This record gives sequence, structure tokens and C-alpha cells, in this order.
Amino acid sequence: MTNQRKGASLAKSLLNIWSWLFLFLILAFFEIYAQIETGNTFVFRVYNLQSIAVAASQILLLALGLTLVIVAGHIDLSIGFTTGLAAVVMALVIRWIGPDSGWLAVILAMGVGIFAAVIVGLVNGWLVAHLNVPSFIGTLGTYGIARGAALIVAGGATVSIRSDAARAFGNGDILGFPVPVVVAVLLSLLFHYLLTHTKFGVHVYALGASRASVERAGVDVQKLLIALFVLSAVTAGVGGLIYTGRFSAGAANAGEPILLYAVAAVFIGGASLTGGQGTVMGTVIGATIIAVIQFGLVFSGLPPYWQFVAVGLVIIVAVLVDQSKDKLTGGRT
Amino acid sequence: MSVLLEAKGLKKRFGGNEAVSDVSFTVHEGECVVLAGDNGAGKSTVIKMISGVHTPTEGQVFFNGELLTGKTPEGVRSAGIETIYQDLSLADNLDPGLNLYLGREKMRRVLGIPVLDRAAMRRDAAEVMKSLGIEVPDPAAPVRDLSGGQRQAIAIARAIHWQAKLVIMDEPTAALGVPEQREVMALIGRLKAKGVGIILISHNLPDIFAAADRIIVLARGVVGGERRPSETNDEEIVRLMMGASV
Repeated sequence: MTNQRKGASLAKSLLNIWSWLFLFLILAFFEIYAQIETGNTFVFRVYNLQSIAVAASQILLLALGLTLVIVAGHIDLSIGFTTGLAAVVMALVIRWIGPDSGWLAVILAMGVGIFAAVIVGLVNGWLVAHLNVPSFIGTLGTYGIARGAALIVAGGATVSIRSDAARAFGNGDILGFPVPVVVAVLLSLLFHYLLTHTKFGVHVYALGASRASVERAGVDVQKLLIALFVLSAVTAGVGGLIYTGRFSAGAANAGEPILLYAVAAVFIGGASLTGGQGTVMGTVIGATIIAVIQFGLVFSGLPPYWQFVAVGLVIIVAVLVDQSKDKLTGGRT
Repeated sequence: MSVLLEAKGLKKRFGGNEAVSDVSFTVHEGECVVLAGDNGAGKSTVIKMISGVHTPTEGQVFFNGELLTGKTPEGVRSAGIETIYQDLSLADNLDPGLNLYLGREKMRRVLGIPVLDRAAMRRDAAEVMKSLGIEVPDPAAPVRDLSGGQRQAIAIARAIHWQAKLVIMDEPTAALGVPEQREVMALIGRLKAKGVGIILISHNLPDIFAAADRIIVLARGVVGGERRPSETNDEEIVRLMMGASV
């Protein structure tokens, strides 16, 4: 190996862990800022960590299924309002059963909420797999449809509920960890397993690299695509259930502000627009980076609108990193 | 050597357009038959009628004496005919092992949970590649890091590993540099030594003469001529490709 190639491969491995480095750097930045400005710690406070973890969980729930879709070379924009639809449907079912509905009613309401999400996923999958609609356009269509459907069933307003069980689901903790975080961690583990240790995962990567490779290997690509979009809708739906639990209300736009963050998390985590690349671990780091930025800016007293600017910049950096990977490998990444 | 594949009077019409009018030929065990012809001569259509993608309008294909016509592409594959397309159908982001087993992955259990057995698939891939005389530098690296010849070897390894008795190769050297073309020619030699029959599609004359035991020239949907490389030359093959009478 020549020195030049050694240098290139070192740079390449640095680029592969850049998201870790980046996470470390922004944590260090906010820590130093906090020490100088307030004399307090930023990183080593349970409240701060918990807030970051909860914010990251919200992003992750939209981003987990999306990771698989993007690795397969597609995109799912509908998740923003799939979350809202699931949130509204869950709230409506709880309201319909009655104000003091117990756990059973909440679980039933969750089931119906997820069912609504699955319908969106099935429509997406059908459009992309059977009608060959490009996923960007198809899911942009269902983004609008899910948005409208959520607003229509909610009567255009936020559906507030009174349910102790639902509130406990959204705000309680398990062994000291907030429920949203526990749910996100469990789903992350499940999706990591799916993507790296199962035949399904191999086929998702292969589909992202070359559709012909999977098709000629005898894999039913249409089924695979439908499964991908349903999984994406289900994780987004779970995000909606948690929203309704946390805020005791279902809102049609529950997921809308998170959509961009979810897409960003997947790309910051190492996925590529052309597909075939990306990991669940990367998406987890991506979501954490965004959550740190969000919370850190609020913590440092800047107007909250700066978070949009900061996350936008991080997305651009992520794309630049992806492109320089291509250059280092002669465009073969 | 016994007859492996027999194509009898193949004809294919698409609407009013007759892509293939009358093509018959045989392939024996361990024999490399080259289907030569200009663009539009009907080579690809003939291949697709064998691999099950197209159903012939007339005529049949027999494989080991059994009727092959009417089977699905999957049926043809499991009968022992593997088609290697120009794009190789590889997933560039996966390692050789996963490419070898794509669609038929090996699993193992860890604490009762089924997981991919990547190590075993890598080992098998390295082994089959070795039997083709190709050393894979890093079995865990994605196949996009390999040379064109090595990638071709993975596609061929896939055919051997799944016990193909006949391999159809569509312009295998079209996108390769000269040293890699030689590698592929050597691979074809090793396949033949294993008793595998080969149908090679090509319009590259040096390849045709290097690989063929028999050359079947297609011109405008019919067999324009059949020659052994030793009894013909470039000029005659080109003349036959252009559709001159025999």
C-alpha cells in the first residue's frame, strides 16, 4: 500500500466515524460554554441528558423505519403526517371510550392508531411497488392525504383527552428511564437486528445497490418494498402514540416539525441519497446530534429559531462528508 | 460428451416483428458454444427463450433430454441453467459471501435468535473463488472494491456454487480492460474443465476465437452458419454476421 493510499484510507475511516466525532465536539462545545457562562456543567446533569434523550427519541421514532427505506434507495415523506394521524386516531378512540378509560382502552386506542398508520404504509408500498411511482412523489402525495385525513377526523382541532393511563404511558418511566426513551431504544435494537442480521436486511441493502441483483436472486421485490413502507409507517405511528400520551392530546401536525429532523438524522448517520448505505447506529447518533443542538441552543439562551439554522447547516455538512467519501473512493462508494 | 441442451426451431414474434425466425443448435457437456451476431441478430431473444424470460412462439428447448420450454426463469435456474448478465447482477455494497448466497443466505442461531452466518458465507465464497484460481484479498470488503475480472468471477462462482450445468454469459468482457478480459477467458476454460456447458454471447472476434469450441453465427433471426474456430477465420465470421449466404 502506498503512502497516498494509506492517507486516503485513514481519511476514509475518519469520515466513517465523523458523526461520532461531531457528537463529541458539540457536547464539548456546550460543556465549555456552560462552564464559562454559568459555571455549571451541561453534560453531567441528569435533567439535561434526559431532555436530550427524550428529544432524540421523538426524532428516532420517525427516523428508524425511514432508515430502512433510505438504505433501500427510496424515501418516505409521509411519515410526518402518519405520526399525526396515529396521534389523532388514538386520542379519538380514548375520547370515544370515555374520560376515565383504563389501560385496556389505551392499548386498544394504540392498536387502532397503529392500524391507521399501517394503511398509509400499505398505500405507499402499493404505489411504489406495484404502480412504480417514484417514492418521493408517491409519499409526497400520501403526506398530503394523511395530513388531510388527520385534520378531517380531528375536526381541524387538537383532540385533548383525559386519561391517566395515557399520561402514564407518555410521561412515566421504567427503571428510571422515560417511557419514550425505552420504546425508542427497544425499537432501535430491533431495527438494528433486522438490518444487520437478517435476510431481510441483506435484501434491503442489495435493493439499494441494484434492484436487478435482488430480483434475479429470486427475492420478491414488491413484497420487500411494501414491508419497508409499512415498517416506516409503524415507527412513525408509534411516535404519534407517544405524542398523544405525553401531551394528553392528539394533533394532526404532531410529526410535521420532526420530519426534516428525521430525514437529517438518517443522512447525518451515514446514509446516502442513492441508497445502499446507512446503519441504525448511525441514525441513532444522527438523532442524538440534532437533539443536542436543539437542547443546547435553548440551554444557552439563544432564540429557539437558531436550531433550524444549526440543523440546516449540519445537514449540508453531512452531504459534503458523503460526497468527499465518494471522491476518496473514486466514486465507487 | 453427451448433449446437454438442444434448441429446436426456435421462433419468436413480438407483434408483427419477427425477432427470431428459425434457430436450432445443441450444446454438449464441457463445451463452449459462442452465439455470434451483430446487434439485432436475435442473440438476446434466443437466450431469453432458454432462460425462461420469453416463451417461444414456435419451437422447444430440451435440457438433459427434458422439455425446458414453458418453465419460469426460477424453474430454469433450479433445473441447472444460470444466466450471467452483462451487469453481473451483483450488489456492490455487499461482500462476496453475501453476493454468492443472495436470496439463499446461510443462517445460524445465537441464543436461539437466527442471525446471518456471514463468516461461513465468506469462507465458502473464498473457497469457490479459489477453485476458479482467484484469491480474494479481503473477503469482508464489498465487491465494488474488486477488479472487473474478480467481480465476473463472483458471478461465475455463484453459478458453480449452485451447481449449474449450463452457464449463459452475455458479453462478459464488454466492459473490461485487456488483462481482465484474459482473466475471464481463463475462467471460461476452468468452467469447461468442470464439465459445465457454456453459451457465450459475443460480437468481439478475438473473444470468440479464444473461447469457442463451436461458433454459431446468427443473422437476422436465423442461423447464418456454424463453424469450428479451426476451420474458419475472422473474415468468414464477419461475412456470416453481415448475413451473406452460406
